[in-house]
Amino acid sequence: MAGLLSRERTVAGPGFNRWLIPPCALATHLCIGQAYALSVFNLPLTRQLGVAKSIAGDWRLTDLGWIFTIAIFVLGASAALFGKWVQAVGPRKSGFTAALCWGVGFLIGALGIRSHQLWLVYLGYGVIGGCGLGIGYITPVSTLISWFPDRRGMSTGMAIMGFGGGALIASPLSDFLMRHFASPTSTGVVQTWVVLGIVYLVFMMGGAFGYRVPPESWRPAGWVPPPEKAKVLITQHNVTPGDAIRTPQFWLLWVVLCFNVTAGIGVLGQASAMIQEVFKDRITPSAAAGFVGLLSIFNMAGRFGWASFSDKIGRKPTYMVFFALGTALYALVPLTGKVGSVALFVACFCIILSMYGGGFATIPAYLADVFGTKYVSAVHGRLLTAWSAAGVLGPVLVNYIRQFQIDHGIPKNQAYNITMYIMAVLLVIAFFANLAVKPVADRYHEHAAPVGGPGDRRVPA
Amino acid sequence: MTTESARSEPHPKNGIKLALAWLAVGVPLIWGVVMTLKKAMALFG
Repeated sequence: MAGLLSRERTVAGPGFNRWLIPPCALATHLCIGQAYALSVFNLPLTRQLGVAKSIAGDWRLTDLGWIFTIAIFVLGASAALFGKWVQAVGPRKSGFTAALCWGVGFLIGALGIRSHQLWLVYLGYGVIGGCGLGIGYITPVSTLISWFPDRRGMSTGMAIMGFGGGALIASPLSDFLMRHFASPTSTGVVQTWVVLGIVYLVFMMGGAFGYRVPPESWRPAGWVPPPEKAKVLITQHNVTPGDAIRTPQFWLLWVVLCFNVTAGIGVLGQASAMIQEVFKDRITPSAAAGFVGLLSIFNMAGRFGWASFSDKIGRKPTYMVFFALGTALYALVPLTGKVGSVALFVACFCIILSMYGGGFATIPAYLADVFGTKYVSAVHGRLLTAWSAAGVLGPVLVNYIRQFQIDHGIPKNQAYNITMYIMAVLLVIAFFANLAVKPVADRYHEHAAPVGGPGDRRVPA
Repeated sequence: MTTESARSEPHPKNGIKLALAWLAVGVPLIWGVVMTLKKAMALFG
């Protein structure tokens, strides 16, 4: 088995089509993207004992919220911790491990729900599943960049689009399964988690065994690495993960990702309540749910669209667009509430959420441009700690400032205005952080022949 | 075209595999998008 999973066994043979790699990456990301749809289980889990309604001893929503928090925290931590390992062992072994963690995490979680032991759910879905999330998230990045050096943004954008799309599948699928398994004595959650665990395990295994890495000397037909220029942020050198975190560029990009995610994640978590409160008596709960669905679609589409666009205009200018346009849109949102324009409000947030997704999807290519392609998964894993930080910062900013405003007599429909301006300020800071990103100093480059240089074995004789 | 670069060209026997792989991920994704769009229609209803 160990041999079957080894990197050497995954080297592609002659005639291999590189377009077989994105579906494998999507198979992984579509499964782990379920994490964004976890809230669909919240209410049924609060009546596991009472079934029809909550009774004494049933779990509270606040206790259940920790399942997602733990999973996202472990995602960032495991991506940072195992990034180097993922890079070293190759996509098949890491994809296999991610599948095992994610599938088994669900099954242990189901056991926890069945036995009404919340700690077991935290351990299964949160910790073990969270490791599956982190390892699975970074698994395809390096492989895709190796296969698509000419379209780094598009290829990683396609995979990371899957993470956004996973929730679109998981939400209606979970709903369908729960209704199918529900009975007078069961909410159907346990059976649903067992089915999801098995389906995700099989699907992700399919992706893991489909991965291939290109041979050493491979490059796309007719493609030559672009010449390295002082002002262009595409390096032909590599920076090790250990050295990367010592560079100012890493921390500038950390701020870029963190603030871009902070701005989006806070809105995404509160979107339903926000639109109902801003447009009181005009937006029903089902229309608000439609708004959340629409945001999810733009979040997903933005991942592919913006990342592909970054191949045309460059990574740095793409983030310039995110932060300049994002600042303007956040500043505009209070006005849309004031004039009572639902359409303008929805349009602003759809564009904002597309850039939230785009920020996630463009960052691997940005890292490859700045630090080289050799260790990109490991560097990306370390940068994902910015996501963990934003996962706390975003909801805290939105929820606590809203509550503070309401406690001080501000009407509910205006309680988000200050938050929107704060988000705009965060994006201004991120704009300048992105502006400050320059090529990495020579002293950080790994002492090896640069990619495309005279000693590089990739260059055909 | 180099020997290496020739490897990126689609091979005929990969065609079915390629179609199946994209169908396996494309069909659930499109189903999810359609279901979500149906739900989103309530916003404009």
